[in-house]
Amino acid sequence: MTRIQYSVTDMANKHGRSREALLPILQDIYQAKHVISDEDMVNVARELDISAAHVYGTATFYSFLETQQSGKYIIRLCKTITCMMHGKNPVLQELERILKIKPGQTTPDGLFTLKETNCLGQCHKGPAMLVNDNPHTQLTPESVREIIDSYRREALSY
Amino acid sequence: MSDQVTLKIDGISVSVKRGTTVLDAAKTINIRIPTLCHHEDLCVAGNCRVCVVEQTGTDRLIPACAMPAADGMEIHSNSLKVRNARKQIVELLVSEHRAECTTCYKNGNCELQALSHEYIIGENGYINLIPLKEYTIDYYSPSIIKDDSKCIRCQRCVRTCDELQGVGALTVSHKGSEMKISTFMDKPIYQVVCTNCGQCVNRCPTGALVERHYIDEVWAAIYNEKKFVVVQTAPAVRVALAEALGHEPGEIVTGKMVAALRRLGFDAVLDTDFTADLTIIEEGHELLQRLKRALKDKDPDVKLPMTTSCSPGWVKFLEHIFPEFMENLSTAKSPQQMFGALAKTFYASKIGVEPASMVSVSIMPCTAKKYEANRPEMYASGYQDVDYVLTTRELALMIKQAGIDFNSLADDDYDSIMGESSGAGVIFGATGGVMEAALRTVYEVVTGREVPFDGLNITPVRGVEGVREASILINKTLPEWSFLEGVELKTCVAHGLNNARNVMKAVRDGSASYHFIEIMACPGGCLGGGGQPIPTSSDIRKRRSSAIYQEDSQKVIRKSHENPEIVQIYKEFLIEPLGHTSHKLLHTKYTARERY
Repeated sequence: MTRIQYSVTDMANKHGRSREALLPILQDIYQAKHVISDEDMVNVARELDISAAHVYGTATFYSFLETQQSGKYIIRLCKTITCMMHGKNPVLQELERILKIKPGQTTPDGLFTLKETNCLGQCHKGPAMLVNDNPHTQLTPESVREIIDSYRREALSY
Repeated sequence: MSDQVTLKIDGISVSVKRGTTVLDAAKTINIRIPTLCHHEDLCVAGNCRVCVVEQTGTDRLIPACAMPAADGMEIHSNSLKVRNARKQIVELLVSEHRAECTTCYKNGNCELQALSHEYIIGENGYINLIPLKEYTIDYYSPSIIKDDSKCIRCQRCVRTCDELQGVGALTVSHKGSEMKISTFMDKPIYQVVCTNCGQCVNRCPTGALVERHYIDEVWAAIYNEKKFVVVQTAPAVRVALAEALGHEPGEIVTGKMVAALRRLGFDAVLDTDFTADLTIIEEGHELLQRLKRALKDKDPDVKLPMTTSCSPGWVKFLEHIFPEFMENLSTAKSPQQMFGALAKTFYASKIGVEPASMVSVSIMPCTAKKYEANRPEMYASGYQDVDYVLTTRELALMIKQAGIDFNSLADDDYDSIMGESSGAGVIFGATGGVMEAALRTVYEVVTGREVPFDGLNITPVRGVEGVREASILINKTLPEWSFLEGVELKTCVAHGLNNARNVMKAVRDGSASYHFIEIMACPGGCLGGGGQPIPTSSDIRKRRSSAIYQEDSQKVIRKSHENPEIVQIYKEFLIEPLGHTSHKLLHTKYTARERY
């Protein structure tokens, strides 16, 4: 796996040092590492001359930013009512069974993090989930097995 | 467009300045609208919705704290719709609040409890969500306890930490039902940038942020016959203690306080004002030494401006945020810690008590002092120099516990030695006080004359502005200080850490240059400290401040170096300012800390 090199200073140079630059900088860090570490947050706070706690507050507010190390693939299964009525619960149970983790946890091999999320806007094709940026819709317990397998194969091929 | 707007509140016509909120307009005609998240020291938030009112012609209820008054408005602050809404809002807040009032430290002093009573929140409200929630209680700081189960997320603490203090130790993290008040990475308070100033404690409407109290430990020491318990009282306590016992702000109760402490059973009642005077002698000479090294010896390593070090919140703030200025901090300990170090050495031998059997208690307007007493450097006597620190609020509670009728007490005097103080020691409690006290002494040391201000009142350093500058021209010096001839001594006074941050930034980028800076962490100085009676407001702080300057003006001795007990302690024990014993007992060092 190639790690993208980055420095918080470069990002601040790119996005500026005003309060508005905070979110784009955090997004860049997350893109690069799939996590925003303690150290990164302190560095961002120093660059923008704001409190580290506020950086943490912003990072924890957004669902698409993570302060805990997540897997290579982050699965976000829609938990809202339409997907629920389309059969989200059996899909979730199947995911839990094959990954052997609960929502909020990461598989020991570091490949998958399972999360539940709010509406993905795919209500007409529920149940729906995102794996990183890829949407998967009209899920069934069978289809999620295949989807997970395909990501496992993709990870092996690196 | 006229400057004034006229509106009607509950049928009463009122004219106010444009921009005034409905809440403040109502106040001018003595209509009280309840609030929780609103605080006059802080920006408008509109988080809690308890202040909602009805406006004729509008369906929606509006928050009085956030709505500017407008011409022709008809406001109903107490309609049925408003009452029902408020009751539901309070019920919802209570459903997420661990309402175990009888076992809560804030019992009887809680704004949510008062509103619950006012709106008769029965048992048939919303279901109690506390058993379903995950919450943490942070007991680990020696100063402040943060109990998330009591938090109603009004965010007064976050705004206090941000706006007044510029520290930002507290933030809002996560969202929705998981939203909470957090530190960086949810670390315990003692591990983060928190300066322990306690301004959040002063403003928390519930029991979510309270001081860690040491009342039981102090009672145990008092009742232990083998222990000799000495107590010291900070300058700002005597002008605020009465508030916590039901009096109006600004009453001076020094004599009654001393009498009450004696009744509580302390073996010796002494005064932090004495060591405030001592701080002036040590810190004043340190300033002169630095000036000498800079101006006469042309020493390139000398650090100026020198800043004061009495405020433990300020000291910790600098260690976190401006570690490059650590050598600019005066090495002189705060009056509390000078007192502690002397109590278990000089005083103990003077009265023939073993320091091991002495318990040293201090009464402080401050929660950061609890932390300061627990700093690892503060063992100069060979023991923990100050064992327990109580806030003004804790002392008031002890007086109530003991069943003492405070009003009926006759004034009493401090014990000696270490009980006598000058007016200069007293004004340590107000912003600008340390500067004024230091100038009274330093100017006289250098010139042999009193400071050239009417009645020794150095009014340019007094006041309420966040940052004040003053300079004083030194001329006709005594021969040994001739290098200061014609020097304009530039000073700066700041209170509230946000102001302190701005001053230090200006010093760092070179846009300001001073010789001596006084910084107090809390708004108004110690009299507005985090351990003072709740509530606080600019008016209350002003009244405490006038009381402090009144106490100063009534003192026979106004200058630290003329305090006879100070003269005595140098003669018998310390020998000279900045001498060997002083360095061992009265000076300290600092530690650089993380930025979060």
